[in-house]
Amino acid sequence: MIEQPIMTRIIDIQEESPKVKTLFFEYKIHCKPGQFIMVWLPLLDEKPFTLAYIQKNLLGISVLKKGTFTNALHNLKTGDMIGIRGPYGNGFHVQHPINSCVIGGGIGMASLATVAERLPGVTIIQGTRTATEIIYQKRFHKMKLCTEDGTLGFKGTTVDLLKEELKKQHFQKIYTCGPEIMLYKIVKVCEMHGIECEVSLERYIKCGFGICGQCDCSGQRICIDGPVFCIKKLQTMEDFGKTTLLKTGERVAINNKIH
Amino acid sequence: MSKITLAINLCNIQLGNPVILASGILGVTKALLKRVSENGAGAVTIKSISKEPREGHKNPTVITFEAGMLNAVGYSNSGVEKALEEFTNLQDVGVPVIASVIGTQKEDFVYVVERLSHTKFSAIEIPLSCPHTPGFGLLAGQGTPQATFGITSEVRKVTKLPLFIKLSPNIPEICTVAKAAEDAGADAITAVNSMGPGMIINIEARRPVLDFKVGGVTGDALRPIAIRCVYDLYKTVKIPIIGVGGISTGRHAIEMMMAGASAIGIGTGVYYRGIDIFKKIREEMVSWMQENGFDDINKIIGAAND
Ligand SMILES: Cc1cc2nc3c(=O)[nH]c(=O)nc-3n(C[C@H](O)[C@H](O)[C@H](O)COP(=O)(O)OP(=O)(O)OC[C@H]3O[C@@H](n4cnc5c(N)ncnc54)[C@H](O)[C@@H]3O)c2cc1C
Ligand SMILES: Cc1cc2nc3c(=O)[nH]c(=O)nc-3n(C[C@H](O)[C@H](O)[C@H](O)COP(=O)(O)O)c2cc1C
Ligand code: FES
Repeated sequence: MIEQPIMTRIIDIQEESPKVKTLFFEYKIHCKPGQFIMVWLPLLDEKPFTLAYIQKNLLGISVLKKGTFTNALHNLKTGDMIGIRGPYGNGFHVQHPINSCVIGGGIGMASLATVAERLPGVTIIQGTRTATEIIYQKRFHKMKLCTEDGTLGFKGTTVDLLKEELKKQHFQKIYTCGPEIMLYKIVKVCEMHGIECEVSLERYIKCGFGICGQCDCSGQRICIDGPVFCIKKLQTMEDFGKTTLLKTGERVAINNKIH
Repeated sequence: MSKITLAINLCNIQLGNPVILASGILGVTKALLKRVSENGAGAVTIKSISKEPREGHKNPTVITFEAGMLNAVGYSNSGVEKALEEFTNLQDVGVPVIASVIGTQKEDFVYVVERLSHTKFSAIEIPLSCPHTPGFGLLAGQGTPQATFGITSEVRKVTKLPLFIKLSPNIPEICTVAKAAEDAGADAITAVNSMGPGMIINIEARRPVLDFKVGGVTGDALRPIAIRCVYDLYKTVKIPIIGVGGISTGRHAIEMMMAGASAIGIGTGVYYRGIDIFKKIREEMVSWMQENGFDDINKIIGAAND
């Protein structure tokens, strides 16, 4: 395989929330739920995005407007070109028929949508800070929603809502993606209840294929050994929930606030 | 069959085997160095560090092509102070750890090397040969015999650790530069850094793919050049040579050592064969030696030169 971007045209754009847009494009390479691609805008930059839609020959990425690059992606029109390379990473191991739950925090929901689609009857928990940030409301009709400010659904975090849900039913497996501190707390809950759990982590990505070492988390490369890790592996990763690396490689503490 | 040994003595550093992780590959954290060591490397090199933190170039920074890799990472690193926090208790890594130090001027090299002098690094490598980072290496004129002599002799004054000077394959007078390094007190030559710079253009986008446009060429395309450099250097310098460039199999490693390398570096090969490439190369070297009647790797060094 040659790791170079292939140019593809955006064929559709969908608004998921005031700050999240999904860009659809053709890409004829097999992709698994939880994998990511590198998206290139010539003369600007190249950054990782999870596959939020995997349909026959058609992929979609859901982009949260955050900084320079994601702003530029939001300004693209149907017919514009982007460069794509990948898919990268191991993806989720989607298991059925067992009672499972998908928990997305913020834009983390994007990486779980393809998992949820493959698990009929799965419980979906989505949490954001406020009502306007919730995505995929038309895509999944029966989501359990929570907001920190209480403007929609349960008032509180996904961790709080999961604890409520566990009073009513037992899950054999949880799939989750979102702010790392939320993931850390969910893993603790899973450990307490003996629930199998897969977590998708985020780190600063440069090469995407395991050579530069930039995306390290305790000796695991997020881009190739992850981004999805099972609970057993996470228990051996001291940096999980604690530290991350900036673009320079500087190690910094992970912010202790949930959002 | 007698027991086969891969152990070498490189500038008084004892290595269980001669396969070393090259600088810039995985060496951002201590945890990854440890993982490489557990996967069979004889020594590991950290990603190059400078006095101040650097963000490096924007992405894409690393891409591949039919015969290798093209990179312009731009020496991103957290700077020497943060690096000192990351690379503590180096004995945990399990094999000797080599520091790599870059600078824009003599004083920076001296400053960083002095800051490292109380650490557990086993050696210090100084690349004077990067082809794609303004202010450093070839773009700063550090690859000339004069500059090499100047930087090496200044650094030599502030450290007793073995000093490896890493050279570019581009310069026609690589032997003159190596001689300058040796004369200035270098303990070994690392040959070579990436060559070029080269360029890859995406024709649909009509733009070079790397954000910095040009980048260093490594991997298979570099190997014949690296072998030739080491072959020539072996005749020129008395100090050991660490042969780097396009090695991804045990046969390549033997070839590089026959050209004259006392140890070999692995970079791009990690992409082609995975993080356990070190183990694989070691095993392939041993079987080749078995099949060809060698019991000691040291007897192979320079064998192609007679
Ligand atoms: C595996 C993976 C999958 C991702 N999937 C999605 C997704 O589906 N949708 C989405 O909106 N976002 C996703 N992200 C995050 C996304 O790549 C960044 O948020 C985005 O690049 C921000 O860029 P910016 O220039 O707009 O903002 P900036 O202001 O430059 O960055 C904001 C923050 O984004 C993060 N970031 C920036 N560049 C990178 C990079 N090269 N690698 C990793 N993190 C970076 C950093 O934490 C930074 O502080 C994913 C990240 C990873 C690692
Ligand atoms: C992605 C990448 C980053 C590199 N970064 C550095 C670096 O920081 N310092 C350095 O001295 N060499 C660096 N190099 C050069 C390598 O150490 C090595 O000399 C070169 O890749 C040739 O070996 P190879 O063909 O086995 O990769 C880098 C190479 C690559 C591919
Ligand atoms: S981003 Fe380069 S190793 Fe993961």
